[in-house]
Amino acid sequence: MTSKRYARSPQVAARRLGDEIMIMSAPDSTLFTLNEVAALIWEASDGSLALNEIVERDICPAYDVPADLALQDAELLAEELVAHGILLRCEEPVREALEPK
Amino acid sequence: MTALMQRMGAKALQLGIPLSVQVDLTYRCNERCVHCYLDHDDHGELTTPEIKHLLDELAEAGVFFLNLSGGEILLRKDFFEILEHAHALRFCVKLKTNGVLIREPQADRIRSLGVHSVQISIYSHRPEVHDSITKIPGSLSRSVEAIRFLKARGLKVILADVLMIQNLHDYPGVRALAAELGAEFTIDPTVTPRMDGDRSILNLNVDQASLRQMFRDETLVGNVQEFCAPPGPADDDDLDGLPCGAGHTACYVSPYGDVYPCVQFPLPSGNVRRTPFLDIWRHSGQLIEVRSITARDLPSCSQCIHLVSCTRCPGLAYMEGNMRGPSIQDCEKSFARSGIPSANLLSRKPPASRLVQIQGLSAAAQMSSASFA
Repeated sequence: MTSKRYARSPQVAARRLGDEIMIMSAPDSTLFTLNEVAALIWEASDGSLALNEIVERDICPAYDVPADLALQDAELLAEELVAHGILLRCEEPVREALEPK
Repeated sequence: MTALMQRMGAKALQLGIPLSVQVDLTYRCNERCVHCYLDHDDHGELTTPEIKHLLDELAEAGVFFLNLSGGEILLRKDFFEILEHAHALRFCVKLKTNGVLIREPQADRIRSLGVHSVQISIYSHRPEVHDSITKIPGSLSRSVEAIRFLKARGLKVILADVLMIQNLHDYPGVRALAAELGAEFTIDPTVTPRMDGDRSILNLNVDQASLRQMFRDETLVGNVQEFCAPPGPADDDDLDGLPCGAGHTACYVSPYGDVYPCVQFPLPSGNVRRTPFLDIWRHSGQLIEVRSITARDLPSCSQCIHLVSCTRCPGLAYMEGNMRGPSIQDCEKSFARSGIPSANLLSRKPPASRLVQIQGLSAAAQMSSASFA
């Protein structure tokens, strides 16, 4: 199991719209939407929980998927969001969430 | 508009969410533009805590796009405190300003607070024309400097040009200036009545011949033949369609807390000093009425050949006396574009009632019967 941790970037605008989340990345003016599952991962990514913990806690029970398969997909998604600057990779657990100030 | 934005707009409409809200932080301004519709005196602006509370309410209501405008927003001493709060609430913030007060430190703050874009009003590339419109000598130079400061920090900047008789021939120059600065360019040929009811500034609007010429400028409209083609027939979907997002997925809050469907649609619908924003959004009788109107309910426009392609503004129609009526300025644009007069132009009569003015709710309650007459 991975212990990678991610945190929401404080530099993006975001708002839940029904079961999705809209995200605007200011640096490149790109609008993204996260689907239901991606939205759960985004909201839970505060830098303190590892991705496997988020998957086990929020994704597996809700969608009845095997943990290893769900984690594989979640890692791909998280790295894609990192590439767009929407999530940040955390080397160590973050005590205080990286929220905009 | 991108397909993604269209999908999000449709979803917000379905969920009843105000996706986009403009908040005017002040009507005070350091320019005195000849075409401005505002009363620049301060009649009791929302305080800093009131605005922060409003932003909390807007975030809770699901607002994503927050347009901070005025007046000149940087005249508020608490502007950056407000912007910091908006940033903390993860709004997608767009600023509208003349840029005169933006120097390098302000540009740094705007950049660090994740602002999506900054729209700056530029009326001409020639100082003598721009400054004569703003009535502030040196204002073009100051605004252009601000654009350079913002662009140097990687911010998206949009030059907004209001076309009127004074600057009719200068828009290619403003567009070239935008390109030189790495900014985007937008143009609007609509001058609206003053909020005190004075219609004299409508005389600044460009005439029909100039509009026609502008709509045949392929650098502006793209494919002229397509843009100016006679409109197609309306079908049931068109007749069941909504006039625009005002009151449906968007609204406007004045510096005094008054809520309207749009900045150009001064139908008083509540005040956030007295009623929580979400209650106004969901239960205001005025907003519910606005939402009930489809194209089918517009007596003359539903019969008009231009229904499908017209840019009819329900707010301008309201200011002309009837929110279900036509907006003459858009009739004239449709005519200039296609050469075909609208149903309203064919049976043109003087406006049915006096001009509706923006004012506080207590006064508005007294005049509501007259407005809907």
